[in-house]
Amino acid sequence: MFTKTLAELARGLRGKEFSSVELTRALLQRIDASQSVLNSVISVTADSAMAAAAAADGQIAAGTAKPLTGLPLLHKDIFCTEGVRTTCGSRMLENFISPYDATVVAKLRQAGMIMLGKTNMDEFAMGSSNETSFFGPVTNPWNAAMVPGGSSGGSAAAVAARLCPVATATDTGGSIRQPAALCGVTGLKPTYGRVSRYGMIAFASSLDQAGVISLTAEDAALILNAMAGFDPRDSTSVDERVPDYTATLGDSLAGLRIGVIREFFDAGLDAGVGAAVRAALAAYEKLGATLVDVDLPALPLSVPTYYVVAPAEASSNLARFDGVRFGHRCKDPVNLEDLYKRSRGEGFGAEVKRRIMTGTYVLSAGYYDAYYLKAQQVRQLIAQDFARAFADVDVLMGPTTPTPAFGLGAKTADPITMYLNDIYTIGANMAGLPAVSIPCGFAADLPVGLQIIGAHFAEAKLLNVAHQYQLATDWHSRVPPAWAA
Amino acid sequence: MSTNAGTNDWETVIGLEIHAQLATRSKIFSASATAYGASPNAQANLVDLGYPGVLPVLNGEAVRMAVKFGLAVGAEIAPRSVFARKNYFYPDLPKGYQISQFELPVVGKGALDIVLDDGERKRIGITRAHLEEDAGKSLHEGLGKLTGIDLNRAGTPLVEIVSEPDMRSAKEAVAYLKKVHTLVRYLEICDGNMQEGSFRCDANVSVRKRGASAFGTRAEIKNINSFRYVEKAINYEVARQIDLLESGGKVVQETRLYDPDKGETRSMRSKEEANDYRYFPDPDLLPLVIDAAFIEQVRASLPELPDDKAARFSRDYGLSDYDAGVLTASRDLADYFEATAAAVANAPPSPDHAKLAANWVSGALAAALNANNLEIAASKMTSASLAGLLRRIADNTISGKIAKDVFEDMWATGNEADAIIESRGLRQITDTGAIERAIDEVIANSPNQLADYRGGKDKLFGYFVGQVMKATAGKANPAQLNELLKKKLAG
Repeated sequence: MFTKTLAELARGLRGKEFSSVELTRALLQRIDASQSVLNSVISVTADSAMAAAAAADGQIAAGTAKPLTGLPLLHKDIFCTEGVRTTCGSRMLENFISPYDATVVAKLRQAGMIMLGKTNMDEFAMGSSNETSFFGPVTNPWNAAMVPGGSSGGSAAAVAARLCPVATATDTGGSIRQPAALCGVTGLKPTYGRVSRYGMIAFASSLDQAGVISLTAEDAALILNAMAGFDPRDSTSVDERVPDYTATLGDSLAGLRIGVIREFFDAGLDAGVGAAVRAALAAYEKLGATLVDVDLPALPLSVPTYYVVAPAEASSNLARFDGVRFGHRCKDPVNLEDLYKRSRGEGFGAEVKRRIMTGTYVLSAGYYDAYYLKAQQVRQLIAQDFARAFADVDVLMGPTTPTPAFGLGAKTADPITMYLNDIYTIGANMAGLPAVSIPCGFAADLPVGLQIIGAHFAEAKLLNVAHQYQLATDWHSRVPPAWAA
Repeated sequence: MSTNAGTNDWETVIGLEIHAQLATRSKIFSASATAYGASPNAQANLVDLGYPGVLPVLNGEAVRMAVKFGLAVGAEIAPRSVFARKNYFYPDLPKGYQISQFELPVVGKGALDIVLDDGERKRIGITRAHLEEDAGKSLHEGLGKLTGIDLNRAGTPLVEIVSEPDMRSAKEAVAYLKKVHTLVRYLEICDGNMQEGSFRCDANVSVRKRGASAFGTRAEIKNINSFRYVEKAINYEVARQIDLLESGGKVVQETRLYDPDKGETRSMRSKEEANDYRYFPDPDLLPLVIDAAFIEQVRASLPELPDDKAARFSRDYGLSDYDAGVLTASRDLADYFEATAAAVANAPPSPDHAKLAANWVSGALAAALNANNLEIAASKMTSASLAGLLRRIADNTISGKIAKDVFEDMWATGNEADAIIESRGLRQITDTGAIERAIDEVIANSPNQLADYRGGKDKLFGYFVGQVMKATAGKANPAQLNELLKKKLAG
């Protein structure tokens, strides 16, 4: 049962092959059993999940169920969940019970889905390996000595280990796609503004986007149908029609023009990863697509640009964690300054502090023009590169990451090396474009991700392109050996 | 602050930053109510509390009000303005930043005219006006060593109106402040309540040698919340700076606080200690785009503005500039005046009727309201009642002097003028025979005074007037009395 995709589970529930209570109980047990090795979940909401599953079974029996009724999922612990601890992977929010639901959480609940718990993540989504979490690192289901990627490492590992069919995630610089690639699952980051950010704890507001990690593109389409849409509580969400993302999954790829991003096949690309991605491109040619080389000359500037813009916004977004109204407060503050310094000093981890300091620096008087303003200009250049490319091609492709999963602790001492792991993913965030990572093979027994980037609001096309590949290949249905039983 | 022997050698330069709280029902970025006086934090929702994950959504009504102000001061409305974050830590600032506008404000350059003591008009430039959210309040009373935080005010919409450094005295600054105060109430975008903090200002004050072209170093006096304090604070600060400069010192650029109890300003923080606010565009809010159609729609909703109204009062009613200025100080007062003037004759008012109404509205009525600490809108005497009194003055039923008495009676009892005049028999005596009889009697009883008067003591005329008035209980028509008495005394 646990290896089934979301679409298969939906059919099973409707066909009464199993009940939502049975499914939910089985997955809760699986989560419980996995924790000591994987550590992919921070909080488990077993009681409310079982109650919701029983109610879902009632609806299924009564014939009032919606397409996703009774299907379980995990939420990344960056989404606020009413009455449930929402930590954002930080000591700062170790005991924070959110008084409200994020729009994404509310929508998926209204669609009938059952929350099993909250997934582990890099602290405040700042990290590429899940090692900055206050709740300890998550391990890679394919090799427990390796990282799962980050920041949505818990969501990716949980789906890869078949603890649940889908999990929500967020992507600011690659935080959905990179862990999806490293764990061998499908990760979709929609267009900026496609999904509401309300209730998603902000890291870098102009880049943050909620999305989903799943086993297949079809499952991502099912979830996006429920997640997407304008939210009057998020001024940056876009009032653009939400199509049925499953309707076009079956479209033929004959005549599809694929732009192959030349800058992604650089010296830093691991040979095994490159080989797997080139093989995937060849498979697309067999499906009727044409490959076109595309240059995105400003793209190599995306990492330094990102590490100005994202920390700048983060330094301001994280100012509200001051020990005054919620979150960690130091013991016995002697005055206001002491309260601020110790509450924040104790509540935040090293990477978060590093980014707050970087962000504060680039926004400060005398440096703003040279850093923040310049970075925004470069961001425009990157966006223009993409816009030019999409005048000629339907989608862009390349590797999601330069290497497969790396060892736990291998890059923690050198932040720059860690940051470079997002070199291929940041571009889509800079330009606000939708992108998906799908499994396309293995390098050194570790999964490799193929990244597909689309034009604004072209999620339906992306999912169609990914789905056709998944019909022709079986990389997405490979189960990590340790989690196959 | 002893001598200012050299004061005349110095020129004062003042610019004001006025914060007017916009009269929207809900906050600028959340749905919480803005009403004043609720129990602490009763009007603070998750957005106002800056909870993790919440986002601001702009209140369109606040934008409309800011545009209204911009149009009223002849300013350009920015087709695209940007909200920015002003970052600093303070317990009453829940997000750790204030959402404001920095580089691109919604209202650009405009101007307002003030009238100086000598009657001259002076134009005060307005640099810009921008939208922003207010912070909360820290509470210190009754909490021992703790500080309480009340976030009811956090997120209340403000328009910050920044003037050019065009004012040259505390009096000019007060005149400008009053002008803005009048305007925002005319526009119904701010209740103008200074005690509740709905209207407050910071003053940038510097002095320079007369004739110098460069500005002196300025001090910013924060959060002054009454017209009187503005004048006092500026005068104190000017004297302080002149004393400092004349004794060989230097003015430091700093923020100062006015202490109304001690009547002095004192240093809050110097430029070096000032926060680096790290402004940057708020990524949670899209740029504010305002199109021409919206501007025209707001323009069409503008009321007659104070200056236009005053000009019309002068032109149509023949009022002096001074009277017109006084009567247009608030929309309610102007409306009351116009209603009164029109009701005196139930027809377009003549200049005489208008002048009569002007005198009574800005005189007796204003005094009575003042004594009872009432706004014109709360006056229990209606314009129709007052017009009823003025009608009896205009048609000579009562004299102006008796009218004062009747007014007091009306104010105290709420009765109409005619009823009081009838019941108290105050109708003026206009019968020549009756007045003559009274004069004859007085003259007959005052032989010595008559002799003196005829001997050249003209001043005694007043004595005879007084005696006749006394004999007629003040009811003799004064003009007739004067004329008849002159004749009789002449013999």
